[in-house]
Amino acid sequence: MYDIKKIHQANSVQDVLRIIEENPNTKIISGGTDVLIKMKERKLKDVEIVSIGDISELKGISIDGNGTIIIKAATCFIDIITNADILRHIPTLAKACNQIGSPQIRNIATIGGNLCNGAVSADVVPILLVLDAELHINNVNGEVRIIDVNDLHTGPGQTSLDDGKEILTEIHIKKVNYQGYGFDYFKYGKRNAMEIATLGCATGVKLNEEKNKIADFKISYSVAAPTPRRCRSLERLIIGEDVSQDTINLIKPENIEELKPRDSWRASKDFRLQLIKEIGRRTAIEAIRSQGGM
Amino acid sequence: MGIGKNLIRVDALSKVKGSTKYTEDLVPSNALVAKILHSTIANGYVKDIDISEALKIEGVMKIVTCFEVPETDFSTAGHPYALDPSHADIKDRKLLNKRVRHYGDDVAVVVAIDSIAAQKAIEAIKVTYQELVPRVNIYESIEIEQPIHENFPDDVMSRMDFYIESDGIAKFEKHELLDELSSKHRIDGNLPDTHKPMAKYEYILPIVQHAHIENIVCFSYMDGNRIVVVSATQVPHVVRRIVSEALGISIGEVQVIKPYIGGGFGNKQDIIYEPLAAYLSKLMGGKCISIILSREETFINSRTRHGMKITTMMNTIEGSMRMENRAADIVSDQGAYATHGHAIAANAITNYFQLYSGTGLQLGSSTSIFSNLPSAAAMRGYGIPQICFAMESQMDDYAREYGFDPIEFRLANLLNVGAVEPCNDIAINSNGLVECIEKGKQLIDWDNKKKEYEQFNKDSKDLKKGVGIAVFAYKTGVYPITVETSSCRIILNQDGSLQVQVGAIEIGQGSDTAFAQIASEILSIPEGKINIVSCQDTDITPFDPGAYASRQTYIGGGAVKKAAILLKEKILAKAATKLALDVSGLDLIDEYIVNIESGGKLEALRDVILYSMYSLNNTEHLTAEATYTGLSNAFAYGACFADICVDVPLGKIKIYKIYSIHDSGTIINPQLAKAQVHGGVAMGVGYAIGEEMLFDQTTGKPLNNNFLDYKIPTSMDIPDIEVAFIETYEPSGPFGNKALGEPPIIAPAPAIRNAVLFATGVSINSLPLNPEKLVSAFKKAKLLNE
Ligand SMILES: Cc1cc2nc3c(=O)[nH]c(=O)nc-3n(C[C@H](O)[C@H](O)[C@H](O)COP(=O)(O)OP(=O)(O)OC[C@H]3O[C@@H](n4cnc5c(N)ncnc54)[C@H](O)[C@@H]3O)c2cc1C
Repeated sequence: MYDIKKIHQANSVQDVLRIIEENPNTKIISGGTDVLIKMKERKLKDVEIVSIGDISELKGISIDGNGTIIIKAATCFIDIITNADILRHIPTLAKACNQIGSPQIRNIATIGGNLCNGAVSADVVPILLVLDAELHINNVNGEVRIIDVNDLHTGPGQTSLDDGKEILTEIHIKKVNYQGYGFDYFKYGKRNAMEIATLGCATGVKLNEEKNKIADFKISYSVAAPTPRRCRSLERLIIGEDVSQDTINLIKPENIEELKPRDSWRASKDFRLQLIKEIGRRTAIEAIRSQGGM
Repeated sequence: MGIGKNLIRVDALSKVKGSTKYTEDLVPSNALVAKILHSTIANGYVKDIDISEALKIEGVMKIVTCFEVPETDFSTAGHPYALDPSHADIKDRKLLNKRVRHYGDDVAVVVAIDSIAAQKAIEAIKVTYQELVPRVNIYESIEIEQPIHENFPDDVMSRMDFYIESDGIAKFEKHELLDELSSKHRIDGNLPDTHKPMAKYEYILPIVQHAHIENIVCFSYMDGNRIVVVSATQVPHVVRRIVSEALGISIGEVQVIKPYIGGGFGNKQDIIYEPLAAYLSKLMGGKCISIILSREETFINSRTRHGMKITTMMNTIEGSMRMENRAADIVSDQGAYATHGHAIAANAITNYFQLYSGTGLQLGSSTSIFSNLPSAAAMRGYGIPQICFAMESQMDDYAREYGFDPIEFRLANLLNVGAVEPCNDIAINSNGLVECIEKGKQLIDWDNKKKEYEQFNKDSKDLKKGVGIAVFAYKTGVYPITVETSSCRIILNQDGSLQVQVGAIEIGQGSDTAFAQIASEILSIPEGKINIVSCQDTDITPFDPGAYASRQTYIGGGAVKKAAILLKEKILAKAATKLALDVSGLDLIDEYIVNIESGGKLEALRDVILYSMYSLNNTEHLTAEATYTGLSNAFAYGACFADICVDVPLGKIKIYKIYSIHDSGTIINPQLAKAQVHGGVAMGVGYAIGEEMLFDQTTGKPLNNNFLDYKIPTSMDIPDIEVAFIETYEPSGPFGNKALGEPPIIAPAPAIRNAVLFATGVSINSLPLNPEKLVSAFKKAKLLNE
């Protein structure tokens, strides 16, 4: 039994925005795989909800004339994992989505929910960060605000979305950000399924034509700081370097200002530091190899 | 079909179709919901409970606090009644407790029309506590402010000492050398007259949980003056006795019904909330009251597997692999309440002397200490997974130190057929362990794989491969420590089909299927015509203490066999009357009365039944009921082999394959037996690499009482498992069979641990072998550079 006071019906994005505006305590529910857990834990009580799970204008994946890949917010992971365009252009996004929860979860949970929930461990985030994805956010006045996904997370479980007034509608991934790049994502968890990342790392690499220099390098981590984030200081160190083990070895906590791994009963700081180094290096090597380097 | 055939489970169809009804499916729609308020301190007293706000919440019918319940103490252990008062279980629980003994102890209960109203009321109750410093880590000696139970001033619930000299018989008293051991809970120094120095090891086992999918659940209502309790329990007849004791009513006034069970693994051998449900129903005029625990509650408010610290010492005779002196000491974390008492630590310590022997002096001691953590009780293996981890890790550690081959070392020290083990005087009449080891070696290709991996590990820095072995011995049932009894009733129907009622409990292990095969074997009636009544109802089901100790097919099977033989005798006698022949010349084969001498069919079974039931002047309904008293015990054996690869920088173990080889005597149903092994190995893998209940070390608050943070393996984490059986014939089993329910969980953890040792050269002396622990150990061993 869930403690739900009222369920509102909505058929369009505009409906949803009107409902949350008029009913201040109304929670958007997409796949519900985070919202219902919060209700069970009594972190959400006595709530009104409005579901976006059946709104067709929020579902689907397409490529526009410029090669921008557009994923609608309420698209379920299973549809991302099996989408031909995603598999062709950014298979690592499919790989990341395929590691979420279990088949049951992937059949119902959505990419928008993963972003808007704001979890520091969200599996779809690290790869979207290195893809420099753009988020389209609508409000009740019909305005669309576009933000860099790197500006979404503001703290643990917190985002820059104005909860009572805004809805995430689309995720855009531009061609310049995926074409010519190799990517990898490493989710480190204790189990091979039904697991929340102890630490996650995504890398994106572009090589020069000779495949011996790093033309561009992007790296992000989850669960290594209060928000998932890119490590620009490390990126700067690596861009322009030779493709070599020495360059890979630059990936170590000492070279990463942005991260602040925590000590907790789930994992000690020492262990997280070891993981930062190890999975950072492994994903970098994998991304380089996918581009024909090393 | 009968014995040895792959009969499909008798409950397969209803389980696959989803039509099986479990306890929660049966809760009447108008049942009231009882929710328990759990303490938010681990140690102390409830001083005051303010329920005024909670009572105002709509839908709340009643709130009962720890200040209002009867003062009667009861034990929650699902043990048979002990005639000897000194063997009785410790009664230390009330329906609700003013004296709080662990975080989450039960202090009040709300009854409401639905779970939300009940939950809201729980949140509105204000409790004032007087807090004491909780005892969270029993291995650290602390000054005891106030004992957890006033009858146990130093928090020591129980202690058992014994020693075995060259006569091989345990004397249950303290050996003079044990004094030192007891004071420090550890063994120090050398024993006199030893040839080689004693090597000493220490192993730590975590607290884990059964993690059965069906949570703890029961409901109760009154039918006239009688109390009916429906519960997911492994021990319905014991539930009936405990409810009657807790409520102070007669046993006959209580009816306990056990529907299908969604897993128990020993946890449902305790009687936890049935008395409370019954009490509330009585209090509320017989209304139906349901108590359905959440997963979070099941972790904390049911039972756990004992955490233990096990210290061992041993040496071998100079120039040989034969063990000389051996000693083991167990300190067992009992948690808040006594439940099964010292039985589990005692079972564990004695096992150390039942698999291997030494030629010299052997010392055993075990101590159970109360702590302010959830109560530990029965869980698959009853203490043996813990001692086996210590014993088998020690075998490999010692073998490594002295350059022995770990398998040869084991073979040199086994207690074999013809021996009587020292602690319970159980004569070993069947032991296929040597063959199990041989079979496993061959399946895993032990010798070649060892060479191959040694070579691989020389060149590989980050990945290290290994193979490991562990073996075990496990008792079947509880004789001679406790009574072994079971009953069965068989009713022959008009058409030659059967209804078989058993007191023994199907909890998923497949006992009902085995019982159908046993009845079929004796009565020649095919299993398709045998209807096992799976639901136990104490009003109609014959007696059996319950599902535990891997006893169902050994003891319950004995009851079915006895009843079936009795029924067969009645059938033949009736046939003899009808045919006017001498009964000694008749047999029952393929549902026909047959002339033994000629082999000729004389009469269809069905005609005999019709004659018996409907003859105008003389009717008899052919039924048989028998009680079987078990007067024996037998060790099941097995060897487990693990083939693994360690990712050193990530501390991850990839298990390629587990080989689980068992001597469980005659295998009644090979397919089902294999499935049982698969499940046990999967659970063993969880114990090995992931599972551990964690508590805040200062407050005793549980940290990971949910399936996200408590890491049971998923199907993606379970390796390939290969199962083989070495079929010995155990003369005391109804068909040569012995334990198989629990054994498969025992050896995987030490086998995996020993494979990690082979792969990396690092001895990990505690479970689970989780990545963080491994990485830290690898760093210490300099396998990882900075
Ligand atoms: C068993 C289990 C396993 C899981 N495993 C993983 C895992 O491996 N990796 C992982 O990252 N996560 C995991 N999760 C968490 C969860 O499944 C994901 O975060 C999922 O992506 C959430 O999507 P949803 O559609 O279910 O979100 P919901 O629960 O519906 O919503 C989540 C939050 O986002 C808001 N929201 C949703 N859509 C929008 C929108 N379009 N605009 C504005 N706000 C919106 C909601 O209001 C809510 O606050 C798991 C959860 C469960 C229950």
